[in-house]
Amino acid sequence: MNKKQSRLLQRTYLILIFCFMYLPIAVMILFSFNESKSRALWTGFTLGWYKSLFHNDMILSALALSLVLALVSSVIATVLGTLATIGINSMGRKTQLLINNISYVPVVNPEIITGVSLMLLFVMAQRFGVGGEGGVFGWPTLMIAHITFNVPYVIFNVGPKLRQLDPSIYNAALDLGCTPKQAFFKVIMPQLTPAILSAFLICLTYSIDDFMISYFNSGTMQTLPIAIYSMTRKKVSPEINALSAVMFIVILSIILISNHLDSIQYKRAQTAVRTAMAEEGEQ
Amino acid sequence: MNENLIVSLKDIVVEFDGEKVLDGLSLDIHDKEFVTFLGPSGCGKTTTLRVIAGFITPKSGNVFFDGKDIADLPPYKRQVNTVFQKYALFPHLNVFENVAFALRLKKLPEEEIKSKVLRMLEIVGLKGYERRHVNQLSGGQQQRVAIARSLINQPRVLLLDEPLGALDLKLRKQMQLELKRLQRELNITFIYVTHDQEEALTMSDTVVVMNGGKIQQIGTPEDIYNEPCNPFVARFIGDSNIIDGVMLKDYLVSFGGSEFKCVDKGFKRDESVQVVIRPEDVEIVPPEQGALVGRVRDVIFKGVHFEMHVDMEGYEWIIHSTQASKPGELVGMNIGPDEIHIMSRSEV
Amino acid sequence: MLRSKTSRWAAAPYLVWMGVFIVVPLVIVIYYAMTNADGTFTLDNLAQIGRYSSVFARSLILAAEATVICLILAFPVGYTLSRLRANKQHIMLMLVMLPMWMNFLLRTYAWMTLLENNGLINRLFGLFGVGPFHMINTAGAVVLGMVYNYLPYMILPLYTAMTKIDDSIVEAAQDLGCNTGKILLRILIPLSGPGIATGITMVFVPSVSTFIISRMLGGGSNLLIGDLIELQFLGNSYNLNLGSAMSLVLMVIVLVLMSFTSSFDESEMEGVM
Repeated sequence: MNKKQSRLLQRTYLILIFCFMYLPIAVMILFSFNESKSRALWTGFTLGWYKSLFHNDMILSALALSLVLALVSSVIATVLGTLATIGINSMGRKTQLLINNISYVPVVNPEIITGVSLMLLFVMAQRFGVGGEGGVFGWPTLMIAHITFNVPYVIFNVGPKLRQLDPSIYNAALDLGCTPKQAFFKVIMPQLTPAILSAFLICLTYSIDDFMISYFNSGTMQTLPIAIYSMTRKKVSPEINALSAVMFIVILSIILISNHLDSIQYKRAQTAVRTAMAEEGEQ
Repeated sequence: MNENLIVSLKDIVVEFDGEKVLDGLSLDIHDKEFVTFLGPSGCGKTTTLRVIAGFITPKSGNVFFDGKDIADLPPYKRQVNTVFQKYALFPHLNVFENVAFALRLKKLPEEEIKSKVLRMLEIVGLKGYERRHVNQLSGGQQQRVAIARSLINQPRVLLLDEPLGALDLKLRKQMQLELKRLQRELNITFIYVTHDQEEALTMSDTVVVMNGGKIQQIGTPEDIYNEPCNPFVARFIGDSNIIDGVMLKDYLVSFGGSEFKCVDKGFKRDESVQVVIRPEDVEIVPPEQGALVGRVRDVIFKGVHFEMHVDMEGYEWIIHSTQASKPGELVGMNIGPDEIHIMSRSEV
Repeated sequence: MLRSKTSRWAAAPYLVWMGVFIVVPLVIVIYYAMTNADGTFTLDNLAQIGRYSSVFARSLILAAEATVICLILAFPVGYTLSRLRANKQHIMLMLVMLPMWMNFLLRTYAWMTLLENNGLINRLFGLFGVGPFHMINTAGAVVLGMVYNYLPYMILPLYTAMTKIDDSIVEAAQDLGCNTGKILLRILIPLSGPGIATGITMVFVPSVSTFIISRMLGGGSNLLIGDLIELQFLGNSYNLNLGSAMSLVLMVIVLVLMSFTSSFDESEMEGVM
């Protein structure tokens, strides 16, 4: 087959795959506007489910909990992880390898194992009296669990950036009069900031989205995914559809905005480099 | 040239992983000179530079600055500044802030900082570039920012670690002249590190040739070129023909089956020596007129001259001439007494 | 430089955390797996797992099916994407990753509604006078759920690996006489080895250990390892020791798989070299 046919085939295939991936989401969103509770029969257009969604206390409090949990655990994880990266970088190669391998465990382990193992730790702690009457499951366990699975992502995000740094920049700072501490904060930290920020965002995402690990360690509390899970097990309500639609729009907007910002910056840098090269040629 | 010694190294020993990178190196550097450390990769020239800058603490030995021992002084307290090989500009700061960096550390008033930075940018030819970001500059421009940044401190000594390596040929030659001019204008000491012998000869007042962590020869560019003191220097600087010979007596040497008058003396009678002759110093004549005779193997056009490889009794001569002979041709070679340089035999 | 001895201490808080919350819990799992409720050492728990061998087998088989299907589906996608122009690649990647950011539960739930006996798909079939087909609560639904959820995890590594295969290599192969099939077999597959290995791991591991997909799409009759474990810990058959033993076995399965795929990784690269 010639190139044109091959390309057409490829395009068609891609479209089919994308249809497959987006079909369920599209249907969900479509039926969020459905008047009746039916998930298959369209009876009429309404925004009512959105209204009741925004009055659904269970969802709203779960959302609040998830947001706070995500923010706090991500901040702690980012700080802990950044400090760890700096410390690990100063260690011998074998120690570095060991620490990196252990840090990999929460990343590659099935989530259910991470969740279950932490739960056992907390159960054991309770047996030894930690947490008193009410036990230990709830905010503390959720926080610990989220920090635990978030920190490795910080290390694996900031670590490579730290290693890629041009070491002569640090020396240049010393050369120009910085004490080692000054050199670190004035020159190294600004370089790491983008990686730290992106690690923070990754942590936020994983935290808000986590179901498995939170499920085993939340006690009676409900994060957003746990609330969604209980919704799907009980009575069927198109509020779930409305929730899907809202989440989809939010995520899509975030991606589009950050993409747009990226491309502006990229284009600006490109024109500047081109101008610089042209000037150099004229000299 | 000012006779004051600005930097003195005495018996510096530097070890990495048990290997001696510098083995008892001693060196005096005169103030306000353009000094170049020249040598192949791994010879220790950059290490020496970093010892002076304070990034490496020698295992033993002394570093004197203006007569004072500065061994305990960290880099941020020394009156030297370094221009790094890859410029090491701070990517998160623009040109102005990069150059102003050292001044901001000293917490100078804003007005003073501004005027000093702008003046320095003008000196390096980057007027108007203050707002540019580092990644929006070409290689040559980044180079100048690095130089401006280092000079703003008004150091007594500027260390330059192969700064021109990343630039293309034309730009490099331009920058060589500019650096030389800058050094003269500022009237401070430049210590320059390079592996490019042509660069060293162009820019320096004094050249320090290094190999294997040891100094091979120190001298002016002419000295180094015309009178290399050992085969390493002879081979490293320019092309040269190095032939085994016998010093028959003062001013007379024998090699290639013929005797030649020369201008060296002080060797023992009939001492085995090595004779160094530069390619451009060999005169090509018809075979009957030549003191030596050889057969031309290759002729390569180099623009400025022809480079010919001539076989003579197993030794292949490199000869530069403005006229080309033909490959396979038999030619005669003559060499004047001034152009023969004798070195005593040494283990290379 | 930055590698001074004092800056090592910056890692101390994390190292403590790591020890307490990553290492110790795993040790505890092993402890519980090997003991009774009263703390005595026993291998009973591991022996009991034998009763559930059908569940384990089902998990492995379904996860394997899902992985293979993902591999086949994702391969052309990864290739096509890697040949696009740079700016188009960016957009396309976003489109591939977007579903990943939708909540996992909602995505699975979406298929629930589609596959139901009176769900949308069966209604569409009904318009043509066909069906209704029993699709929900079957093993097939579970595999579908796995494929749907984890397909992007297969596309991305394959895409990454294939961007490193320059066009000129494919053209050289064509020039030397390869037809499409041969190009696939001798060039594309070997050169995207690392991507295949990564993709397999990233699909198989969550597939073999899930309980949500099997619960939502498989009903009660397609229990997987994850379901069993969940039942021991939070469900009706509260038995921490048995649950830990099952978790241990699951971990071993995952470890075996990973050592398998990483050895593929290296040998494929050697073959290419």
